[in-house]
Amino acid sequence: MPAFPEAAREAVGNPTLRANLRHATHTIRDKRARAVAELDDWAALRETGKRIKDRTLRQLDTYLLQLEEAVTAAGGTVHWAADAAEANRIVTELVRATGETEVVKVKSMATQEIGLNEHLAAEGIAAYETDLAELIVQLGDDRPSHILVPAIHRNRGEIRDIFREKMGSWGRPAPEGLSDAPAELAEAARLHLREKFLRAKVGISGANFMVAETGTLVVVESEGNGRMCLTLPETLISVVGVEKVVPTWQDLEVFLQTLPRSSTAERMNPYTSMWTGTTDGDGPGTFHLVLLDNGRTDALADEVGRQALRCIRCSACLNVCPVYERAGGHAYGSVYPGPIGAILTPQLRGTASEVDASLPYASSLCGACYEVCPVAIDIPEVLVHLRGKVAEEGGKGHRLERAAIKASTWVLDHPGVLATGERLASATRKLHPKRLPGPGARQWTESRDLPELPAEPFRDWWRKNRT
Amino acid sequence: MRVALFVTCVNDAVFPSTGVATVRLLERLGVTVDFPAAQSCCGQPQFNTGYRTETEPLVRRTVRAFEGYDHVVTPSGSCAAMVRHHYPSFGTEAGALAPRVHELTEFLVDVLGVTDVGAYFPHRVTYHPSCHGLRLLGLGERPRRLLEAVKGLELVELPGAEECCGFGGTFAVKNPDVSAAMGADKITNALSTGAEVLCGADNSCLLHVGGMLRRQDAPLRALHIAEILASTEEEPWA
Repeated sequence: MPAFPEAAREAVGNPTLRANLRHATHTIRDKRARAVAELDDWAALRETGKRIKDRTLRQLDTYLLQLEEAVTAAGGTVHWAADAAEANRIVTELVRATGETEVVKVKSMATQEIGLNEHLAAEGIAAYETDLAELIVQLGDDRPSHILVPAIHRNRGEIRDIFREKMGSWGRPAPEGLSDAPAELAEAARLHLREKFLRAKVGISGANFMVAETGTLVVVESEGNGRMCLTLPETLISVVGVEKVVPTWQDLEVFLQTLPRSSTAERMNPYTSMWTGTTDGDGPGTFHLVLLDNGRTDALADEVGRQALRCIRCSACLNVCPVYERAGGHAYGSVYPGPIGAILTPQLRGTASEVDASLPYASSLCGACYEVCPVAIDIPEVLVHLRGKVAEEGGKGHRLERAAIKASTWVLDHPGVLATGERLASATRKLHPKRLPGPGARQWTESRDLPELPAEPFRDWWRKNRT
Repeated sequence: MRVALFVTCVNDAVFPSTGVATVRLLERLGVTVDFPAAQSCCGQPQFNTGYRTETEPLVRRTVRAFEGYDHVVTPSGSCAAMVRHHYPSFGTEAGALAPRVHELTEFLVDVLGVTDVGAYFPHRVTYHPSCHGLRLLGLGERPRRLLEAVKGLELVELPGAEECCGFGGTFAVKNPDVSAAMGADKITNALSTGAEVLCGADNSCLLHVGGMLRRQDAPLRALHIAEILASTEEEPWA
């Protein structure tokens, strides 16, 4: 995966992608603003959500143990996974134990994060994504590019082509003469998926929330595929990040208001499914919960960065981000794109790789993400904090950059030298070319003219005219 | 009233006319302006790029330069935001400077209590509210109210005004393609208004957008709000 600037360059140069992203993000951001404006207590809800998450994260161990106890008491089994490899191994063994070779999935970012589908495929188990956008991504042998709308980078025509070409090789083929009308595309997906829902014996899910006091898991969704995956199979395996726990049902109430409005601009999402262990003769007879760490406790140890764990995956920050809008989700090189991905991914994975080290810089720090975040994650603050860490580690280019910054600080801290430099630049201004070589200047003058420098700096004007 | 002008390093070296306009405007409104020569850069570029240690000497210098002034006025939303928001994390002394620093339009409206500064600028103008002024300082309607009171000025709404222009300090250099794409959209929106002047309260953003406008030879120029507010019928700004 290339660093963000290189990956983004490709997206910026793709007019179809830019048009798709622009249309989709602008539509949803306007709808979100209207949905949020309907509530006169939005600011209070946001503050409360932030506090609940912070309080929970401070005593995460306590609530997780409470959750484990409640899930076990309700007939479920809890597994703890320190990293992706352990989580994948646990899930594979659980599926194997059922004797099945295929599973249906409701969209789950945690399983994408650990690469579960690929791991299962390598073990001879087919995992079928059932969320419409995930289905499009899976059939297209593509990667998700948005938290909520993983196929946001595709338009209707592209989706029709994918359905026509690929559905047949995964199961029921697309109907003859399929057009790009939304209703026809939805019906094709419905028919294709129904076959899988009715056959599957194992379901795999994530969860938006886990309620510690009762051991209840919650999935909110819009299509009903989640409810199918959660109720029809005999065995249900839920893979959930440890930060998704909330202490009580009363806490949950806050997020069930803020999440749908922030993400889909709906007052309430169409399906809210909740399950607590197992119930005889109703739903899956076997339930496993895999609690995933995978870098989360490392993030928790970072005083500034830990606020990223408040995230409820609404994607409002993506939809409002001018950088995401141009660069697209793939440029972030992770299942978590956009502003939240730029702070979450380097914390979960570290900054050893080029793409992870470039993520904290993938922002103009405009602050629009912070403004819309329903749990008030100060993303710009964390970005700057992580830049400090990356610069400290001194990876590629940063030793040179630090030297340049040190030099500039020295000059700026010596106004006499600074003034001399300014005078020199002004005196030679007629000689300055419009395009410059060298790092920084070249990038700048590729698309912009440098301003014509003034005849004299302000300091000199002041000395001549006011002293 | 006596105030210190914090002209900022970008204005000092590249846009002295904004500093001159700020001085003339404040003096016209009866304010005595000092220019403490020990001032330099607020440290924002270093800080935002992740070099906190390298920021410290500049924070100390800025704090020292403005010691003893109740009001420090700066024609830059983002530098004001740097002091207001981030200086408190550099200690008590730096924190004490924070509330004394005012962005120019904030100073005019909140401290001097004026919205009509007696300016004359007979042009069609559109206003870009730079992100730091907009979100960190919460300048709100202040710049617009000042512009609306300018005689002869026709203020036209900028579509997508609250979207970032793509400058972002070192972002423009580290992510040149995305930055340029954002700037191009900002310019398209600005040109669609038919304005002659794209006005802002932050020359850093105008350096970026203005540079793109000049590259395209667009019939629109970028101008700092101080220069519009300094313009009068007797002494029109160029």
